Amino acid sequence: MFLTEEEKRMRDGKEGAAVAAAMDLLVRYGEALGAERLCETRNVAGTMTQPSPAKAKLVEEGGWAKAFAVINLDCDEDIDIPRMKVPTCQLQHGFGEDARGLTGYPDANIELQSDAEAYYSDKGVNILATCTPYQVGNLPVRGEHCAWMESSAVVYCNSVLGARTNCEGAASTGAASLTGRIPYWGNHVPENRLGTHLIRTDVELTAFAEWGLFGYFVGEAVGEGRPVITGGWTQPDLADLKHFGAAAATSGGVELYHIPGITPEAGSIGDAFSARTPQEEIGYGPRERRQVYERLNDQGSSTDVDFVLLGCPHASLEQIEAVARRLEGRKIHSDVELWIMTPPALFAAAARSGYDRVITDAGGKLLTDSCPAMSKAAPDGTRVFVSDSAKQVHYLPAILGIEGWFGTLDECIDAAITGVWRGELAPC
Amino acid sequence: MLTFSGRGIVPGVVEGPALVSTEEISGFGGIDPARGVIIEPRHELFGECFTGTVLVFPGAKGSSGWAGFFQSTRLMGTAPLAMVFTTVTTKAVLGAIVTRIPTVVECDRDPTCLIRTGDRARVDADAGVVTVLDRS
Repeated sequence: MFLTEEEKRMRDGKEGAAVAAAMDLLVRYGEALGAERLCETRNVAGTMTQPSPAKAKLVEEGGWAKAFAVINLDCDEDIDIPRMKVPTCQLQHGFGEDARGLTGYPDANIELQSDAEAYYSDKGVNILATCTPYQVGNLPVRGEHCAWMESSAVVYCNSVLGARTNCEGAASTGAASLTGRIPYWGNHVPENRLGTHLIRTDVELTAFAEWGLFGYFVGEAVGEGRPVITGGWTQPDLADLKHFGAAAATSGGVELYHIPGITPEAGSIGDAFSARTPQEEIGYGPRERRQVYERLNDQGSSTDVDFVLLGCPHASLEQIEAVARRLEGRKIHSDVELWIMTPPALFAAAARSGYDRVITDAGGKLLTDSCPAMSKAAPDGTRVFVSDSAKQVHYLPAILGIEGWFGTLDECIDAAITGVWRGELAPC
Repeated sequence: MLTFSGRGIVPGVVEGPALVSTEEISGFGGIDPARGVIIEPRHELFGECFTGTVLVFPGAKGSSGWAGFFQSTRLMGTAPLAMVFTTVTTKAVLGAIVTRIPTVVECDRDPTCLIRTGDRARVDADAGVVTVLDRS
């Protein structure tokens, strides 16, 4: 792989051992991918503070520098970790103080994470603590090279914002944070951003739940492909596309899609494919919609709900407002817990706007930093949960061994109030 | 002898029993690094342990935590012995590197169709060659 003079200096240790280790990993990684060179990035979103048993052991052995070296640089040497070279943020991680005592999640993890935040913020890491950095101050511009983790953020970054990132990991983002480099490969290369599949929806996409169902279908249909969407919809908003992309990145590996007229890189279907022909044209009609709804909902048998989970990916302020409006003056059933997950910065705004108080008065909780899937913890005794997120319904049954139901926000709120799941697929 | 020619991306030479998946594998939500087991309920290898095996699969799917989860298997002593996969993605490639196990990708024929679980396989990632030594 070609390295510039500056990159060779980094590799050879002129900027210290940690930067050399970072460059060594980027070279191994870039060569394994088949990249011809690296590209410069000034926007890294990764994870350093998330507790895990392996990380706790490393911290005990050699402090946070050891944990960063091994996990974020794939390096076993005892090295000093310098300040981040380029702007770097921490994505979602484990539960924080606001969730202490709500689940069996270990207090030791909350303390380990708080210790990690102190260490990494000293190194220049911005603790955004969310899977949606684009909602809270990290909004890349079109064409910007980024090094992001978190599949739902990656697909949003590429598709809705038109910035360029692959689906990176903890080690590649760690190496990028100390070098300002990432392999120029995959989604960084313009010709790799053209569409591969044409998906026509004959179902009018008019609501948040519909975008999630459709996203789950699209991911299953195209796998790692780059779908181009055509058909009928009403203007989607941030939450709709956040849900659509998260679902498509969960059931498949979608990192980039185009909705001509909506997303920035394709004004038309022709733009989205350039001179290429779609590999495949796929239809989404009422039958496909029902099938995908049934697949998502084949992980539930009991309708006695004990947990309602909203805010995956982390809720926007508008989504929090929608929940607060529905809960105003009502009480959540005594056997049910209701949580909404949101970034800490939006929690602050929701509290000042009065939404947190309405949700708390009804018996719900507005929580930050994490989610039950990331933290592998739900309220004690949870057997059946419901969510308006296709991604969470996909993951949580596997992670926690519980049953799950997917539905609309109104169905989830109804389950919270009554303790019973009465969701069904509305006619389209 | 069944031999596949591909591209070695993490060096090393090992021999061991194959564990073959025709479906892609998830890291986060797909494996339990503490036990080295596939935990995705609808996966064809649900409940199977991959520790010490030559893991043969089409590629990675799901969350960007893929590499971190497989790295955890190395740190917890539950890692596979080697990986052989077809589709090169950032998740799977970074995962192979940080798991530090010999890995061959992009074989000339589809290894997930031709290698069977339990076959004894040799992965020579220095040469980019995978060989089936004994059929199960």
